[in-house]
Amino acid sequence: MKRSAMELVCPAGGLPALRAAIDQGADSVYIGLRDDTNARNFPGLNFDPATAERALDYAHRRQRKVFLALNTYPQVQHPEIWQRAVDLGAELGVDALILADIGLLDYARRRHPTLRLHLSVQASATTHQAIAYYRDRFAIERVILPRVLSLRQVQRVVEGCGVEVEVFGFGSLCVMVEGRCLLSSYITGESPNTKGVCSPAHAVRWEERGGQHQSRLNGVLIDACSGSERAGYPVVCKGRFAVNGRIDYAIEEPTSLSVLDLLPQLQSAGVAAIKVEGRQRSPRYVAQVTTLLRRALNACAADLEHFQVDPAWSQGLAQLAEGSTHTLGALDRSWQ
Amino acid sequence: MRLTLGPLLYYWPRDQVFAFYRQLAELPLATLYLGEVVCSKRRLLRLEDWLMLGEELAASGKQVILSTLALIEAESELALLERQLGNGRFLLEANDVSAVQRCAALALPFVIGPHINCYNAATLEVLCRDGAVRWVPPLELSGDALALLRSSPKVQIACELFAYGRMPLALSARCFTARHYQLPKDDCHYRCVDHPDGLRLDSQEGERLLVLNGIQTQSASLLNLLPALPRLQQLGIDYLRLSPHSQAMPQVISTFHQALHDGDLERAAATLQRLPLHDYCNGYWYGRAGMVNGEITSTRSP
Repeated sequence: MKRSAMELVCPAGGLPALRAAIDQGADSVYIGLRDDTNARNFPGLNFDPATAERALDYAHRRQRKVFLALNTYPQVQHPEIWQRAVDLGAELGVDALILADIGLLDYARRRHPTLRLHLSVQASATTHQAIAYYRDRFAIERVILPRVLSLRQVQRVVEGCGVEVEVFGFGSLCVMVEGRCLLSSYITGESPNTKGVCSPAHAVRWEERGGQHQSRLNGVLIDACSGSERAGYPVVCKGRFAVNGRIDYAIEEPTSLSVLDLLPQLQSAGVAAIKVEGRQRSPRYVAQVTTLLRRALNACAADLEHFQVDPAWSQGLAQLAEGSTHTLGALDRSWQ
Repeated sequence: MRLTLGPLLYYWPRDQVFAFYRQLAELPLATLYLGEVVCSKRRLLRLEDWLMLGEELAASGKQVILSTLALIEAESELALLERQLGNGRFLLEANDVSAVQRCAALALPFVIGPHINCYNAATLEVLCRDGAVRWVPPLELSGDALALLRSSPKVQIACELFAYGRMPLALSARCFTARHYQLPKDDCHYRCVDHPDGLRLDSQEGERLLVLNGIQTQSASLLNLLPALPRLQQLGIDYLRLSPHSQAMPQVISTFHQALHDGDLERAAATLQRLPLHDYCNGYWYGRAGMVNGEITSTRSP
């Protein structure tokens, strides 16, 4: 049976990536502004108002959508920065705002009653009751689910929440519940919630010491190895540490998420959209991932019952993955 | 300013939990938070046990508040929340927006737990409309930010500051204690019970960094806001939360109590320094990395 494909939502850290995503078949692209208001607040990344306008023009001429992510938590000292960003999004005519903060959702809904609002993954809404909170008060029309739910739990959420559900399909994997992880700020003072960064580049140092490759975060040794192996980027949850005298990845192996194998189940469950992580990635990366996922999503929609993963897609994606290994993440678990 | 005891974040045998709370019944605590916050598989105490304990503590003049799970995913966890809501006697501390939604729907007042992302006045206003009666700010919030918030005329809510103990820094669907023992989460053998104060995680250089506590990751150092006590008093903070561990908790409580009354911070600090767990930090309060201790800017060197 032919059905319409799940929406493919791709990341863009700049205009070239946005064009690449749209040219390769993304239905929607999500972007951020060049400040603390979004969770990929990296140097050289993101859009100023003029570039955002060009991005919208490029997308809308091709009947595609642009979402603006304002998914950090407004800080007491400067809440007006976030409010101005909401107003800017409305003025530019973005197709939706992606918000996490309750106060900012309240502001956006009051100021812009018809503006489409999506609930960011950073809001950590993991149940239909939590989603109902945002739906009842702020009329959110879509929720992006944290990458901690099993497939069965995703199904239950879709059945019970009354808004569109978007799930992460490919990219880096947060092992912690998004929006509720302070590991980065514990060591550096800056977190995704407060500054839109996890392990900010200015706190990172790479060193060779005693025959070891080391990566440090604000001076703290996060990863160390020897020989031809490389120390990983010092994200706390992906470091190698000592627990009871044993040194290993005590929290998580560095792997990427890829839900290719589960696309039919996600589509049957009624998932509306598949999201690709990675606004910090290059236009080339975005183009490649978009191309492969577009094919997979179309194949899945064309024949759900007989869908098979083309080895070319999984090989192509594997080459792009962090650590070159894939996991289905929490979706694959049978337990709670 | 009065003292409260936050929920027990570790997994202890039933008898130990009862003995722990009973020894606290006579200590100067205004509120005790009861219930399992971290993992719904921990069932050595059922809700009925917590309620029984709550009755006992309430009879000795304590306010008892039931804490909800911090991460609610499964239908069974939502069902537990409903049973907590229906207890008929004690307030809830909402640690997940699911709990806020249900409290608001039932018109039940609630405490905004530290796991709810409430960083600003606008959010606090909405939550107050929903029925919040007390707020535990996020651990990351600095003293300056809190001062600004407290000065806003719109924000009139009792404030309880997480002031002492290991900080819950992250939550996951995975269990890191089970992972350490190479056990699947659904067959974890309840190994958390072997670690009454969590499982220590050090850097490869031996620096104490974190503590694994099932699906929760904590700071290895204990938050200690004792040095900031004068500022907290000046800000009109209503409650100070002490987060329990297994070692000398009554002494911690009496030390804070004493300091609140005589203002002798030096003596209190010296007492805290002699306790079995005494690696302290408070960087978040001063707008710095959470693991740092003290107000003075220092550059960490490797």
